Amino acid sequence: MEDQLRNILDDAGGLLRPAASLSPRDDLFAAGLTSFKTVGVMLAIEEEFDVVFPDQLLTRATFSSIAALTAAIESIRGDADAA
Amino acid sequence: MLHDPSATGRAMAAAIERVVAVAAAHADAVDREGRFPAEAVEALRQEGLLGALVPMALGGSGATMADIVGQCQRLGRACASTAMVYAMHHSQLACLVMHALEEPWQRDFARRIATENLLIASITSEVGIGGDMRSSRCAVDVHDGRFTLEKQAPTVSYGDYADVFFVTARTHAEAPPSDQVLVVVPREDATFESTGGWDALGMRGTSTVGFTFRAEGVAAQIMAAPFADIAAEAMVPASHLMWGGVWTGIAVEALTRARAFLRTAARRQPSQTQPGAHRLMHAAGLLDGMQARLRTLIDQFDATYAFGNDRAVADAQETGWPQGMARATVLNMLKHDVSTQCHEVVLEALRICGMAGYRNGTEFSIGRHLRDILSAQLMINNDRIASGTGAMLFAQRAELGTL
Repeated sequence: MEDQLRNILDDAGGLLRPAASLSPRDDLFAAGLTSFKTVGVMLAIEEEFDVVFPDQLLTRATFSSIAALTAAIESIRGDADAA
Repeated sequence: MLHDPSATGRAMAAAIERVVAVAAAHADAVDREGRFPAEAVEALRQEGLLGALVPMALGGSGATMADIVGQCQRLGRACASTAMVYAMHHSQLACLVMHALEEPWQRDFARRIATENLLIASITSEVGIGGDMRSSRCAVDVHDGRFTLEKQAPTVSYGDYADVFFVTARTHAEAPPSDQVLVVVPREDATFESTGGWDALGMRGTSTVGFTFRAEGVAAQIMAAPFADIAAEAMVPASHLMWGGVWTGIAVEALTRARAFLRTAARRQPSQTQPGAHRLMHAAGLLDGMQARLRTLIDQFDATYAFGNDRAVADAQETGWPQGMARATVLNMLKHDVSTQCHEVVLEALRICGMAGYRNGTEFSIGRHLRDILSAQLMINNDRIASGTGAMLFAQRAELGTL
């Protein structure tokens, strides 16, 4: 999942350096992600992982790191399984 | 009336009316001469209103968002430049009050703002960045508990008249443009040269200049919270709501003149239908719609945040105050729509008043209001807001209709 996320971030995130150089906990906003760019990242994640972000996850914290994005995707999938 | 003021708001109401009288008396001269509204700002100082948003425990008036936006609207009717200075000052002060009162230096400084009635200007723009407040080129350089900072700013409103500057900068020399902090710089800690005069179409009293700015001070002057959070939670909500007060104030004044024009004409010719009457209805409806939107957001905001006062507030989930992307979306749409609809209201007022409105110096003159309101679409350009906000809208799933 992390490699797919790194590809998406390289494509849509507008980062100042390759996502491959980021550890899962590195701050994506400190690496150059902006709030407007999060829209593209979010929609690309929805396409790639076949998930739908609920509005309450559309916060800065969700997009703050690769680890936070992984957790968000897993929580969406968990909610879908529980339903 | 935009709002039912809080208890502190009622105490401030008489004070703001005294300022309104001063602002109205000098508004045409400020506009004609393109000069800072010094008399009205001095009146704001004398009345203690520059500290309105500081908590009562720190010597301020403990105002609510509803109080400040209502005051902006009252001032906006009299002198748009004075109202905009007041709105900009308080949208900066809101950042300190919402995010930095736990920090001893910042807390002491909030008290200073209230007791000394200091005027705050914002230095967010930067040469080479364009209008994006969320990007900086300059960086703070912090060593041994002290910082230095240099910034080239193309537009600093009333920079030559401010007592304090709130300055954005990157957190350190290697940080990306969006990794920013907000630094409080009292005038005595800064050296600056201002460049360029302010000879503009409207808002001619805001006295916007370019700045070559240098500052140094103690590191505690840098607010601890990331500017990303300060901007999203305090600066954007406060500025868009307060500007909404200023702009609707301009529109209310223009339409009030137009209504008086129609009434005068109808008295002279009671048997005739007034051709401009339908425009009055159209414009009054636009104003009602804007006020309803402002009212809803202001109420949600004040139910969520107490600005450091001893006032009951609730979680945003309960009050309905939007969070995250939804908040940015609703505030951007508000700014975009209020700025264009107020322009439409002023234009309708001009069409109603006809030549009496077009001429300067009559009781029905609309020229100053029309020139002032045109700035609304340009400060944070509506075109940029619309494309970004449109993208945020299609990313969200919340129902678009929510009755």
